[in-house]
Amino acid sequence: MTQADAALKARSGPRLRGFNWREYVVYIGFVVVFLFFAVTQGANGFLTTTNLTNIVIQTAPITVMAVGLVFVLSAGEIDLSIGSVVALSALIAAVTLRATDNMLYGAAAGLGAGALVGLVNGLFVTLVRLPSFLVTLATMGAVAGLAREVTGLQSVPVANDAFLSLFGQGDVFGIPGLVVWSIAAVVVGYVVLRQTRYGAHTLAVGDNIGAARVSGIKVARVKIMVLMGSAMCAALAGLLYAGRLQGARYTLGEADLMTVIAAVIVGGTSLFGGKGSIVGALLGSLLMGMLNNGLILAGLSVSQQMMARGAIILIAVSLSLREKRS
Amino acid sequence: MSTVIEESVPGAGPGAGGVPLQLSNIRKQFGGVVAIERFDLELRAGEIVALVGDNGAGKSTLVKIISGVYQPSEGELRMHGRPVSFRDASDARRQGVEVVYQDLALVDSQPVYMNMFLGRELTRGPLRLLDRRRMARETQELVDRLDVRIPSAKATIRELSGGQRQAVAICRATHWASSLVLMDEPTAALGVAETAKVEELIMRLRERGAAVLVVSHNLDQVFRIADRVTVLRRGRHIGTRDIAATTRNEIVSMITGA
Ligand SMILES: Nc1ncnc2c1ncn2[C@@H]1O[C@H](COP(=O)(O)OP(=O)(O)OP(=O)(O)O)[C@@H](O)[C@H]1O
Ligand SMILES: [Mg+2]
Repeated sequence: MTQADAALKARSGPRLRGFNWREYVVYIGFVVVFLFFAVTQGANGFLTTTNLTNIVIQTAPITVMAVGLVFVLSAGEIDLSIGSVVALSALIAAVTLRATDNMLYGAAAGLGAGALVGLVNGLFVTLVRLPSFLVTLATMGAVAGLAREVTGLQSVPVANDAFLSLFGQGDVFGIPGLVVWSIAAVVVGYVVLRQTRYGAHTLAVGDNIGAARVSGIKVARVKIMVLMGSAMCAALAGLLYAGRLQGARYTLGEADLMTVIAAVIVGGTSLFGGKGSIVGALLGSLLMGMLNNGLILAGLSVSQQMMARGAIILIAVSLSLREKRS
Repeated sequence: MSTVIEESVPGAGPGAGGVPLQLSNIRKQFGGVVAIERFDLELRAGEIVALVGDNGAGKSTLVKIISGVYQPSEGELRMHGRPVSFRDASDARRQGVEVVYQDLALVDSQPVYMNMFLGRELTRGPLRLLDRRRMARETQELVDRLDVRIPSAKATIRELSGGQRQAVAICRATHWASSLVLMDEPTAALGVAETAKVEELIMRLRERGAAVLVVSHNLDQVFRIADRVTVLRRGRHIGTRDIAATTRNEIVSMITGA
């Protein structure tokens, strides 16, 4: 061990800068919500293994999208088109499966549609230099229209066994496939963000774009990549929905945008770029899933659930989003 | 043949090899506004040249031309005798121009060591994962060698004071500089002690044989650290003086035109 190593060890001990509880909002919120529903809805079956597993399974598409969005926000951009991409990808995959009955073609068509939307978003943001907020707001609408157009508002059943088993009902050593997809997305997302140059460049672009540029980081490429990644995560989420529900419909993913953004923000990713947490996004997603589940068990009507969820998200986000105002 | 060139390039010996940067007839126009009229300067290895002038004189513009942010409208840049042109700032950096920017160019949420290696991160293994340990260690070694007082190479930039940040930016330039470093008002926002520290770092760069161009509004500083001083007034290059052979009054009147 060199002297510098020793110096590093000696000087990088625990930080005594006071407990920054905002970084832990998602953990605290997770525990609080869990305990709340455990106490109030325990009798309604909240704590059963089946129910808890169900929460994780149902949250899988949200988790996958959240991982993609962490990169977008870390780079200082936003992607509002993800909800629409879910429906488009699911429908295109379902239609392709109906025509070819080939799992690979179906999956490739769905993911390809996502990649294409992401590329369009990325090119408008980098070449035309429009804010991603506007670009993805526009593509959100256009893609939603396209999803309706593809089948003329018809829902399309999926009967391909290989597809259903891979993206929905299958399992790996007894672990439900959707849980495996969530874990895979989180692990890959974590490694890429924390341990690769691409991840470091993504954070640098969102933190100080001028510094990134003069440091030789290919800023435009990073922006295109994060938007393509996020759209492809949304496309994968679409496949997961199609697999679980054995069919696709243009309403899939309709309500997911707010949930995903909330999950990511509550999880500690900065809305202003430069800071992203994949593990936080996972916990944020599970928190949202728990909320959904608990409110249903509590017997709230759909409209009441929407209001409750909105209010809770608002509180959670204001607790975690104080950084830039200090 | 190529080895001969490579060996002569970083050398501080006589001839073009000892001239890291040569500017001739540089002119820069923004639309109808002439920011730099005609600028000539030679930066030699192992010297500090101060660039002075009032606000809006064109100092930052000149630094940006040398660092590839702007392209000159006319004129020629040579490094070690060879004509060069830069597509952008990262191209200039690749060709050996290190810059300490007026607005820092650090990434606030990242640790010191990631900033030190920003855009040139070290990786290991077939998956090319970041080698954080090695980057942190090399950064710590550098920081210790330059005696920069920061809590640790792993500290986040956000936790550092303005002086510490500037020291990090200069350390970075020191680490990567092959022969030429530009600094735009490196001590503008710093206190007395921090300024002294940064000046010490600049003088160490000179000891290592780098050519340093420092923009400064502080004439005391200029006379403390520089070997030569060159003056811009409203885009016009007024002249260059040896510090030993000039006075504050002369420089002031060159700046103001009085
Ligand atoms: N991008 C630009 N477009 C148009 N004009 C510019 C641009 N950049 C600089 N200028 C003009 O060029 C002139 C020189 O500006 P510059 O920033 O180089 O001055 P400076 O010497 O660095 O001043 P200061 O001491 O205030 O930093 C000014 O008149 C400025 O308005
Ligand atoms: Mg300036």
